[in-house]
Amino acid sequence: MPTFSLVHLEFLLTAAQWTIGLSIAAFVGGGLVGFVVALARISDLRVLRIAATVYIQLVQGTPLLILLFAIYFGIALLGYTNLPPLIAASAGLIIYSSGFLAEIWRGCIDSVPKTQWQAAECLALTRWQRMVKVILPQAARIATAPTVGFLVQIVKNTSLASVVGFVELAQAGKLINNSIYEPFTVFMIVALIYFAICFPLSTWSRSLERKLNVGRR
Amino acid sequence: MTYHFDFSALLPYWPEFARGIWLTLQLSAISTVLGFVLGTLCAIGRADGSRWVKWLVAIYVEAIRNTPLLVQVFIIYFGIATLGLHVSANLAAVIALVINVGAYTCEIVRAGIESVHKSQIEAAECLGLSRVQTYWHVVLRPAIERVYPAVTSQYVLLMLASSITSQISAEELTAVANRIQSDTFRAFETYIVTGVLYLLLSLVVRICLWLFGLAVFVRRRKLGTAI
Repeated sequence: MPTFSLVHLEFLLTAAQWTIGLSIAAFVGGGLVGFVVALARISDLRVLRIAATVYIQLVQGTPLLILLFAIYFGIALLGYTNLPPLIAASAGLIIYSSGFLAEIWRGCIDSVPKTQWQAAECLALTRWQRMVKVILPQAARIATAPTVGFLVQIVKNTSLASVVGFVELAQAGKLINNSIYEPFTVFMIVALIYFAICFPLSTWSRSLERKLNVGRR
Repeated sequence: MTYHFDFSALLPYWPEFARGIWLTLQLSAISTVLGFVLGTLCAIGRADGSRWVKWLVAIYVEAIRNTPLLVQVFIIYFGIATLGLHVSANLAAVIALVINVGAYTCEIVRAGIESVHKSQIEAAECLGLSRVQTYWHVVLRPAIERVYPAVTSQYVLLMLASSITSQISAEELTAVANRIQSDTFRAFETYIVTGVLYLLLSLVVRICLWLFGLAVFVRRRKLGTAI
């Protein structure tokens, strides 16, 4: 019976790179979509506002797991058989993170003091100028800490990509466990690798938050 | 290729769906209650415990918050099995969910405890309240009341996260959906229906917690501030 060895560790570390890659894809894609949804959420057009709200509620009210299953099996049924797991996993995670990031960023835009909006209007800035030059730079400062915090959620949730057969860290752990059956060792090491990725992000997010609060005091 | 939706294929499976929903609700309810107790105790330990307790709680919270629930579920389910004990998938699922949500609750409640002003505690001392009384009436209850909205969102997320326990074959809604999907080959319909069911469930959980909040936080109800 083989035991846990360096080969396995190497496999896990390779898989961890996929976890990081998937997280980056989810963050960048989710960020782009989420940004648009956040803007739609505060738009003057009622239709856009309602559509964005419904989107956010749908994403936040269903488990990511169901979303991944629906995309993976559903798209195959629509005719695109052999959908690569990477595409299915990224699509699911992008939809998931866009729903949450949109709501986080909407909150940040809303928390820019009303007087700033009014001042921008008094200076006769156009809507575009007001957003780009006045509101967004301030909102971005507020948004940094919660966004980094949400990155931790993204990294952790990439573990669910394993259900559509994508070999990232959690799935690699499952595969190794199937061959050597040492679940405790294997998953502890998997957990440690996740921790090594997430803990610095959490710490960073917290220190950003502290800095922001100092500026406000 | 065009795909024809056929939801009627799922109709005969409604008792299965109902069983799945019931177990999802049970899992969520038990983990909510136990997780809240665990989280609150940890928050007290983190705020006022000895140095060792503070450290232990900090390690627990950071370890849980920085690793995926899926991996925690595997460690607990398989880990207990390697210890030679046999637990059912459902029990392992509850243990994992309680440990998981306890850490998140701890952070939220701690923020609430920290937001209680020092003068409040001093005032309680002046009134001759005992340590326990002070903690219960002056610190804990207002603290929880203040962070209750955050707690609510956390428990809705917990209900959704309970879907992950399908991976150790706890027979909740997602696991039921997986089985129906492989029986009927109607994957898209199955997961759409399941998604809608989860959406309704999250609404139900939200309403229940809101009503609970109304019933418990009498002072706030009298003041008329929104929860």
